[in-house]
Amino acid sequence: MKKIIALALAFSFSALAQERVTLIRNATILTITKGTIENGSVLIRGAKIAAVGKDIAAPAGARVIDGTGKFVMPGIIDTHSHTGVEGSVNEISLPNTGMVRIGDVLDGSDISAYRQLAGGTTAALILHGSANAIGGQSQIVKWKWGRPVSEWPVAGAPRTIKFALGENPKSANFRPPEGTARQYPQTRMGVEEVIRKSFTDARDYMAAWDEYEAKRKRGETAIPPRKDILMDTMADILRGNIDVHAHCYRSDEIMMLLNLADEMGFKIRELQHVLEGYKVAPEIAKHGAGGGTFIDWWGYKAEAYDATPYNVALMVRNGVLTSINSDSDELARHLNHDAAKAMKYGGLTEEEALRVCTINPAKQLRLDNSIGSIEVGKDADLAIWNGHPLSIYSHVDTTFIEGDVYFDREEDLKRREAMRKEKEELLKKEEEESKKAKAGDKKEKTK
Amino acid sequence: MRTLVALLFATSVFAQSTIPNSPGVKASVAIRNATIVPVTSAPIANGTIVFANGVITAIGTNVAIPAGATVIDGTGLSVYPGMIDSGSNAGLTEVDSVAGTVDTAELGDFNPNARAAVAVNPHSELVPVTRVAGVTHVVSTPEGGIISGQSALIQLAGWTPEQMVVKSPTALHIRFPRLRSGSPFGPPPDEEQEKEAKKTYTKEIENLRDLLRDAQAYGKASAARAGSKSVQRFDRDLVLEALVPFVEGREPVILHANLARDITAALKFADEMKLKVILSGAQDVGRVLSEVKSRNIPVILGPILALPSREDDPYDLLFSNAKTLHDNGIRFAIQTSDAHNTRNLPYHAGSCAAFGLPKDVALKAITIYPAEIFGVADRLGSLEVGKQASLIVTDGDPLELRTNIKRVYIAGEEIPMDSRHTLLYEKFKRRP
Repeated sequence: MKKIIALALAFSFSALAQERVTLIRNATILTITKGTIENGSVLIRGAKIAAVGKDIAAPAGARVIDGTGKFVMPGIIDTHSHTGVEGSVNEISLPNTGMVRIGDVLDGSDISAYRQLAGGTTAALILHGSANAIGGQSQIVKWKWGRPVSEWPVAGAPRTIKFALGENPKSANFRPPEGTARQYPQTRMGVEEVIRKSFTDARDYMAAWDEYEAKRKRGETAIPPRKDILMDTMADILRGNIDVHAHCYRSDEIMMLLNLADEMGFKIRELQHVLEGYKVAPEIAKHGAGGGTFIDWWGYKAEAYDATPYNVALMVRNGVLTSINSDSDELARHLNHDAAKAMKYGGLTEEEALRVCTINPAKQLRLDNSIGSIEVGKDADLAIWNGHPLSIYSHVDTTFIEGDVYFDREEDLKRREAMRKEKEELLKKEEEESKKAKAGDKKEKTK
Repeated sequence: MRTLVALLFATSVFAQSTIPNSPGVKASVAIRNATIVPVTSAPIANGTIVFANGVITAIGTNVAIPAGATVIDGTGLSVYPGMIDSGSNAGLTEVDSVAGTVDTAELGDFNPNARAAVAVNPHSELVPVTRVAGVTHVVSTPEGGIISGQSALIQLAGWTPEQMVVKSPTALHIRFPRLRSGSPFGPPPDEEQEKEAKKTYTKEIENLRDLLRDAQAYGKASAARAGSKSVQRFDRDLVLEALVPFVEGREPVILHANLARDITAALKFADEMKLKVILSGAQDVGRVLSEVKSRNIPVILGPILALPSREDDPYDLLFSNAKTLHDNGIRFAIQTSDAHNTRNLPYHAGSCAAFGLPKDVALKAITIYPAEIFGVADRLGSLEVGKQASLIVTDGDPLELRTNIKRVYIAGEEIPMDSRHTLLYEKFKRRP
């Protein structure tokens, strides 16, 4: 039933997907990387931004949107999402579950994707949960609601994996079900050991394969080592083929991971949550890690008690590539609010505030060549807002991904009555069918 | 200097803020050349507001400044009443995952005698964090069970719970039983499970009804005994005693219900019991407008920044409910139902304005409307001569995300603008 409604909603959007040339004009264009253009235009051709500027003539056959009084900004990018995952986000059974992949269990009927489009969010990193020191591989997607979920992953995007430090991987806040043993690790010492051992094993695994390949090349008899998909994952991290996104809170555990990564010879791409990042911001910047954080969540657990909303500003001022992200189906609908708060807490400029939810997360995902700003040649992932997106009073009118409309407020409002009727009919049909089924049962019995 | 001294103690154990609770001095102050936004009347450009002994004494463009008053130049600044959160756990929790610091929910279904007023921690770090954001008052609310307890309207300043409590009880909180079967994540319930759920639901309502009827009887018996010693003495029952003012309709009951069928059931029940009702949550209020309007009951909406309960609900349902109520002439206020981020109250209200609620009404929903609903509009909720000087000085519209709160006065006392969060900022800004 749930699925039927979701699919019904999806259908009407595929019709909109036919428009291929669009000109938005007379709007304020927040390009992010190339300043703000008043009374500007954006020309979208196919999936790409074809032109950005003051005076752009409408090509023949183009859909023209009058943006008078409106603002255009790039689609918001959320580097911490759990939307669109079928079942649990945690493969909870082992301290290292680097062999499992979120990309295998995407759910294209999660209405949260649509709701996020309505908040101007177009792309996300869907992460594995934080139950293990090394969690599963994660998936970068665009919220192509209504399209088959196989089209959601961003083609050519980096492979990613989730690490987790602190209270969650050491099971501090939940008890195992009755009759189940407590799981290692139970301390931050154990978390470090799990990661250290995993990479030590991976080095041995790589050496064994190198030795085998060398022998083979020399024409010697060689027995291949046993293939291990977990070790393959660890090896790919060491080779720089998988980006690490590490859930963390306290400054001590952040330092532990940065030092361990340096020692083992890999990089941390993004520290996730990183509520105490401000305490070790110079060290984070030196390692070259990014930080993706909440602006003002605090106090929900012991390791979140030293949070401060000035974290974003302190990290930015120390040269950390900083983004704000959601970890929440709800917050992901208004990340623009949290970006604006970074102006209030620590005095980021308007442009810096816009960056923390656009180009900075794009860089953290290593997709800044295609998304995160409004530039010619980039993907046409953008939203038209009815006012400045850093104002509480603004909402999204239209959201595009790769030139196609995936959310349109006017369409949404128009469709509500039809959807209500459709739901009524579906429920009626379901009721009738269950009645028929019951009647059938009775007949069976009387026979 | 004050900041530095506080810094020495910044690394404290849970729930021991080192920031002064309040100065204890009701200053004589005049803020001039400011935009005064009284909320209950039109904004005054280049205005002056004067207060002394905790009370507003003058507002206007041509106001005499009393001798000895501290004069503050408000050029470029605005003065608003302090914001009031109609429902929050602030005061009752410190670190959500650390049970020892959480006092929000008592065990069992019926706790009418659980009172927030006795458990509010004046030294909680949440107090300074919330008030420096301009939220000066909250209805600190117990949760859990069916009758959760009694809330207290508190001001976020004071050295003892007594100094903080403005009104207790504010209301009795009933989380009206909900008909639930199956888990939203599991398969749909079979017939047996549905029957079981219905049974539990009916039983819960019966228990609630029995308890309230007992309390009505207890109230009558108490009155009879008070009137005549010839009425047989009976032992006191604190549970029933706590319920008496509510079941007699003298004090308000806040009924928490979100789905249309639950709201309908809760309101019918309240009619039967003759309760004085405030409806809270009310996500589906748009489906039961006539039921709410015909009873002339106020509604506390929120949290606004939350997800609708059904996947096919309009994406903006919770953002647009306030406009629906406003358009239909139903009184309402807005709550965060949060604790640590009660400070985001203005953004819950502002989000309603992004979806059609007039901006000035959004502001009222977190100032004068809650003051009226909770019966404290003689003191709080707007800037008027004779009202309490609980006000904030800002560099803009307090509902806007980038607006800074420059000064906070609660009951005429100037509140330090430090919080755990600003102190950590100051400390690490200086990290070598």
